Amino acid sequence: MSTTTTAPKPGTPQPGTTRIQGSSAKPVTWKIPILLAALGLVAFVFFGVMGPNQTAKFGISSAGDFFQLPVIEVPAFLAGIVLSVVLLGLAGYAVYLKTRNQSAPRWLPIAFIVVFVVAFLIWLVGGARTPNISLAGLIAGSVTLAVPLVFGSLSGVLCERVGVVNIAIEGQLLGGAFTAAIVASITKNPFIGLLAAALAGAVVSVVLALFSIKYLVNQIIVGVVLNVLVSGLTGFMFSTVMQADPEQFNSPDRLPIVDIPVLSSIPLIGPILFRQSVVGYLMYIAVIVVWIGLFKTKWGLRVRAVGEHPEAADTMGIKVNATRFWNVTLGGAIAGIGGSFFTLVAIDSFTKEISGGRGFIALAALIFGRWNPIGAFFAALLFGFADNLQSIVTIIGTPVPSQFMAMLPYLVTVLAVAGLVGRSRPPAASGIPYVKG
Amino acid sequence: MSEKHKHVADNHSKKPPKSTKANDSNNGTNAADAPAPAEDTASAVSLDTAGGAMGPSAVPVSAMSGTLPGGPDTLLRRIFTGSGMVSLLAVLLALILGGLLIASTDKQVGATATYFFARPTDFLLAVWNAATRSYVALFQGSVFNPRGNTAAAQFAPFMETLTIATPLITAGLGVALAFRAGLFNIGAQGQIIMAGILAAWAGFALHLPLGLHLLLVLVAGIIGGAIWGGLVGYLKARTGAHEVILTIMFNYIALYFLRYLLNTPAFQRPGETNPISPILDPTAVYPQIFGTQYRLHLGFVLAIAATVLVWWLLNRSTIGFEFRAVGANPKAALTAGINVPRATILVMALAGALAGMSGVAQVAGTEKVLTDGVAATYGFDAITVALLGRSTPWGTFAAGLLFGAFRAGAVQMQIQTGTPIDIVLVVQSLIVLFIAAPPLVRAVFGLNPRRKKTATAGKSTTAATTGGAA
Repeated sequence: MSTTTTAPKPGTPQPGTTRIQGSSAKPVTWKIPILLAALGLVAFVFFGVMGPNQTAKFGISSAGDFFQLPVIEVPAFLAGIVLSVVLLGLAGYAVYLKTRNQSAPRWLPIAFIVVFVVAFLIWLVGGARTPNISLAGLIAGSVTLAVPLVFGSLSGVLCERVGVVNIAIEGQLLGGAFTAAIVASITKNPFIGLLAAALAGAVVSVVLALFSIKYLVNQIIVGVVLNVLVSGLTGFMFSTVMQADPEQFNSPDRLPIVDIPVLSSIPLIGPILFRQSVVGYLMYIAVIVVWIGLFKTKWGLRVRAVGEHPEAADTMGIKVNATRFWNVTLGGAIAGIGGSFFTLVAIDSFTKEISGGRGFIALAALIFGRWNPIGAFFAALLFGFADNLQSIVTIIGTPVPSQFMAMLPYLVTVLAVAGLVGRSRPPAASGIPYVKG
Repeated sequence: MSEKHKHVADNHSKKPPKSTKANDSNNGTNAADAPAPAEDTASAVSLDTAGGAMGPSAVPVSAMSGTLPGGPDTLLRRIFTGSGMVSLLAVLLALILGGLLIASTDKQVGATATYFFARPTDFLLAVWNAATRSYVALFQGSVFNPRGNTAAAQFAPFMETLTIATPLITAGLGVALAFRAGLFNIGAQGQIIMAGILAAWAGFALHLPLGLHLLLVLVAGIIGGAIWGGLVGYLKARTGAHEVILTIMFNYIALYFLRYLLNTPAFQRPGETNPISPILDPTAVYPQIFGTQYRLHLGFVLAIAATVLVWWLLNRSTIGFEFRAVGANPKAALTAGINVPRATILVMALAGALAGMSGVAQVAGTEKVLTDGVAATYGFDAITVALLGRSTPWGTFAAGLLFGAFRAGAVQMQIQTGTPIDIVLVVQSLIVLFIAAPPLVRAVFGLNPRRKKTATAGKSTTAATTGGAA
């Protein structure tokens, strides 16, 4: 890098600039109280007053459990009234705080979301043709569906925390899924497939890093184009290689479901925590490791410094572009592992576009989770829940069209980025290439 | 208007001379009618595209970095605005790599590779044959088919290319227009869908006389796209939410909304269980311009008109100047008295309207019904079209034709040689990647990067030389 350059210093955060997302630092706004009040009213009218008159039944034990818990029976109408009053109470508290010019505490929107989801679920099940649902199955299914989302959003967190926007999560997932399928089929070993998936995700990331860090091409453009490229490449190889000989190239063995004895028989949480595939366990480990790494270690401090203020980091002797390169690569590897979920856990073959836009939901989860691994994890769980509910909705027959359930993650994200659900601020230097000098 | 030009001209005189001739002449004309004033408030403005003759600029710096450009000349812009030569080489390189990919899965190539060291010519010949066979089929499927019996049949592929290019051009223009204002419009897909919904509804639910009906369909589609795009602009202007995230989410919301509608009695074709709408009235569809044997419809003429319109808008109108000023430097634009939020909303609405024309071209031109595949992948292809066209109206037009030819030819290629259509996606994305990184292309072709400038050129040469090793 030449030092005589007069190139701009885009890393400099400048007041009033449009960042990846608005971070208007108004201390207290009416946004949250008004939104909560509106949602509370909606809940009161639909879940309460116009609520269904059936009794919603929630099974919380599955057949193989350690001990059986009774089926929870909830009178939907009453529960709707009670829960929506609670919601209105929470909204009222937020309004009260606003009038005293205090912002709502952090737990308030979260508590609101939880109660709202519960009320919604009771309303949904209560209004169904068969008001009976296995809560255990619902939650376990949600966690399973959330696995690739969690890996994808962790990849996004790692990249954005270091100042590189990763729109290519979709491509990393797809690349991982494809490579996992083909390598596991050839070697007859799904674990080698898992490793290969991580490698494939990393390769996609290396291209992203190379073009955005070395050639300073706009990161969003590279991301968008990479998604198309991976989609084209995997589609091409699928049509030419895999379909020609599916026995040899597209029949991976599945990763085994590892059942931890005794613990996995605990009702409700047993199957979620202790009856998972290898990828599922890796998910929990990855979330914890990334969180500790980012917020409790020297490495994490450096990473965040590079993402927030690369010039300062550079002054302190941190190699900004090298840090970015390795972090983006690591992120790609993580997303690649998430991609292997599609072909090694969910089903045992690859098809075109198997990731089906989940990379973009992962992107949404990362924003909704406020660029925090734990937040992204819970956001991904919420979106996995919505995804799972969508398929259940069609089975039990409820008044809500399944398409609206499918729409939910995207709507929630729009609300989140529009600053309605709390303030979500991306790393300051996210999306800005660093030119030393 | 002249006040704004002053800043621009002033800036140009302060900058190191640009390599493009267009800018130099532009600088001269502007300086003539606007003597450089002493006050240089907008020192950060880097409007090298200002004035009449546009220097090519794919994406404004602000869009690329998400922040203000720190100086008048930027490496980013120069890397992005390589010469036409680089574009040509990028296309060539992408085609070569695509050819190698085709060859790598070819049976003949695999067979000859086993005795490569005995007779390497066999292998190389097989590679050449596999690639050229596919590309010849691509050409015959997109431009000219010599095996046709009549002239009409021989030129049928070209008509098909124009048909497929139509939605690509208009949606590409929408993306390009937003790029010029510094906005990333990833949402052409959703805008096409919303336009398709409204246009199709106007087409099959209303029954109006000839002419009026088609006009209404067109207007309905444009409004649908404009609302969907304008909403993003509004949210961005009001809350500062980033348009990339918003448009991606809006794409999915539009798609699921369409799927929902196609299952409602208002949109589903009576007696049909599949999600498909009734066929549009004959009065509501575009007439076919060259007779019924070709699918080419009036939408293509409108696409040309839209290109002229966007060219006029960007290069000759006040609002277009404001768009570009906002794109180059929103802060300086604000200082110069431009209403940035208004420009943001307006440009997104216009981009949506242009994408909406693609939606109309789909439902009223090619498909004549509404399905959930109405947008196909045109919205995403539009991004690559705009990037390849460097966000200039006629560049986008040409890029739309090229990618339309790829799409049309790929169908024929798959039938004749069995090469999957996906190869088009690979070539398309490689082209854009290479165009975005000219040093890489130059390094691959062994072109010595010339030191045109003293200051910032050092950066791009290091990038180019290291690019070879990477």
